[in-house]
Amino acid sequence: MTNLIILPILIPLLTGAVLICLNKSIMAQRIVAVFSSIAAMTASFFIIKKVHADGVQALNMGSWDAPFGITLVSDMFSALLVFTTNIIAFVCLLYSFKSIGDQREKHYYYPVFFFLLVGVNGAFTTGDIFNLFVFFEVMLMSSYVLLVLGGTKIQLRESIKYLLVNVISSALFVIAVAYLYSVVGTLNMAHISERIDELSGNGMPGIITVIAVMFLIVFGLKGAIFPLFFWMPGSYYAPPAPVLALFGALLTKVGVYSITRTYTLFFYHDQEFTFQLLSILAILSIVVGVIGAIAYWDIKKIVIYNIIVAVGVILYGVSVMSPDSLTGSVYYLVHDMIIKAALFLLVGIMISITGTSNLNHFSGLIRRYPVLAWTFFVAALALAGIPPLSGFVGKLLIVKGGFEEQSFLGAAIVLMSSLLVLFSIMKIFINGFWGQQPADKGEVKAPIKWLLVSPVILVAISALFGINSEAFLPYISQAADTLLNPDIYIKAVLKE
Amino acid sequence: MKKTNNIILESAITLLLFFIVLFSVYIFTAGHYYPGGGFIGGLMTAGAIVLLLITYDIKTVQQILPVNYRIITAIGLLFAIGTSAGALFFDVPFLTHVFTHVDLPVLGDISLHTATLFDLGVYFVVVGVTMTIILTIGEDE
Repeated sequence: MTNLIILPILIPLLTGAVLICLNKSIMAQRIVAVFSSIAAMTASFFIIKKVHADGVQALNMGSWDAPFGITLVSDMFSALLVFTTNIIAFVCLLYSFKSIGDQREKHYYYPVFFFLLVGVNGAFTTGDIFNLFVFFEVMLMSSYVLLVLGGTKIQLRESIKYLLVNVISSALFVIAVAYLYSVVGTLNMAHISERIDELSGNGMPGIITVIAVMFLIVFGLKGAIFPLFFWMPGSYYAPPAPVLALFGALLTKVGVYSITRTYTLFFYHDQEFTFQLLSILAILSIVVGVIGAIAYWDIKKIVIYNIIVAVGVILYGVSVMSPDSLTGSVYYLVHDMIIKAALFLLVGIMISITGTSNLNHFSGLIRRYPVLAWTFFVAALALAGIPPLSGFVGKLLIVKGGFEEQSFLGAAIVLMSSLLVLFSIMKIFINGFWGQQPADKGEVKAPIKWLLVSPVILVAISALFGINSEAFLPYISQAADTLLNPDIYIKAVLKE
Repeated sequence: MKKTNNIILESAITLLLFFIVLFSVYIFTAGHYYPGGGFIGGLMTAGAIVLLLITYDIKTVQQILPVNYRIITAIGLLFAIGTSAGALFFDVPFLTHVFTHVDLPVLGDISLHTATLFDLGVYFVVVGVTMTIILTIGEDE
């Protein structure tokens, strides 16, 4: 089927439009949402199979040939991320049913939820740099709505900041694309790569390096790397748990994906400067993220700072740019999306039980909620990268790649960060779950059993992903292979 | 709100509204080969409705045009998606359009595009979104 790779974009778009009409009937919305989410998951699963069997898939929109029209490209890297995105979306959807509340459900929560997916899946799939900008905007528009929906005081305050930051970074994005276009004269990503390659006979020209740094700033703002993460701890603190899980698991990862894509496809010629910069920023992100995660006594904040650590680890692997480290990065990226979503959902359950996110104000949850406690424990171990869970394989490969490329300091910091991440997350476990159960405050209204289903699914996937890593590795290394050899990508798009 | 008795605006609009809407339809159909299309046509129609809003008030306009603009947006989206997804049934790349030339009695040689149907979706989305934004701000008194 020709149009297979557009289905993960098309299905949520269609669903969003249908759901606008159904906004009065919550039940109908839920049913349509679940079915379409399953359909999108199925489609993205078949894309992975197709890409694994036949290599990179390209689709020229409206039959306009590349590089003149807009092309969608699905290589293994993007196919894996699209599949993971759809799993997380499905699980967050289930969680939303019992936690998001009637008011939000009636006010277009579900349509916007699906428009966000259009943006995320589109950004992962597109093969056109301007189209990437468009999908970024679709994603951001939806995220503005999801962030402000509900209209509590903290949400309104944080939305303004979030909006300002993103409007500025979007403007910068367009400027960077314009610069790039004025130099290479094309927007098709494969074609850009080819043109930059022609220009870089003896080293990358200075202007391309400038553009590379501009892209790093733009995507770094979305992906929350070291000096540009300032907006995230505040903004992500505001929305309810399922939205937070979506943001934490997907939005920053789109930034990370874009950095990885542009740096491995366009700017790989002058590794001395651009990749050095990337690696320094990645290491600083790890350090700052770890400090934040240890310093705070607020469970949401702790997990949010752990996003910054993960972004640092992934980008460090990219900056080393060896087969092992790239495989590790792809693996860790998929792992981190799943486990961050699980952690945010678990944190959401804890907050709905205790009514607070401050660790000093509750303890002893394990007595009444053993399942919650043990799920959290497994998720924590996976996050820190304890074998045999999924964080381990990714980090191992990244560290191995780092040592092989003589980048000892970076690899050591990645290793050290695991310990501190474990400490930060165990702090939640020790203080929140162990200890004396405080005096009974009466029945908890939250439907804990239903809410627990979602994080349990995710943690199970994460465990499977780790224990059974042998089975997944061919797919992951195929993704890394395409990243390392831009020629594969270019050939598939331009059909030379 | 106190109703202002704006006789000039009220008499002008009875005449102008007709022309604005007609021109927006012309601009919409002129698209593809000449400047125009669904987006600008939609904006112009929305402009006509806004002019009505300025002359009268929200309640009166709601009586004249009893539509929910959010639903209009959704219908427009469905139109646009449906037209482009038609490509799925013919197994050609998404958004591929087809056209043909038809000889009509009075109008002469006319080329009919499936892209026009897509543009009709865009038209509805633009009218729906613009009016939703303006009404949301306008209701806020």
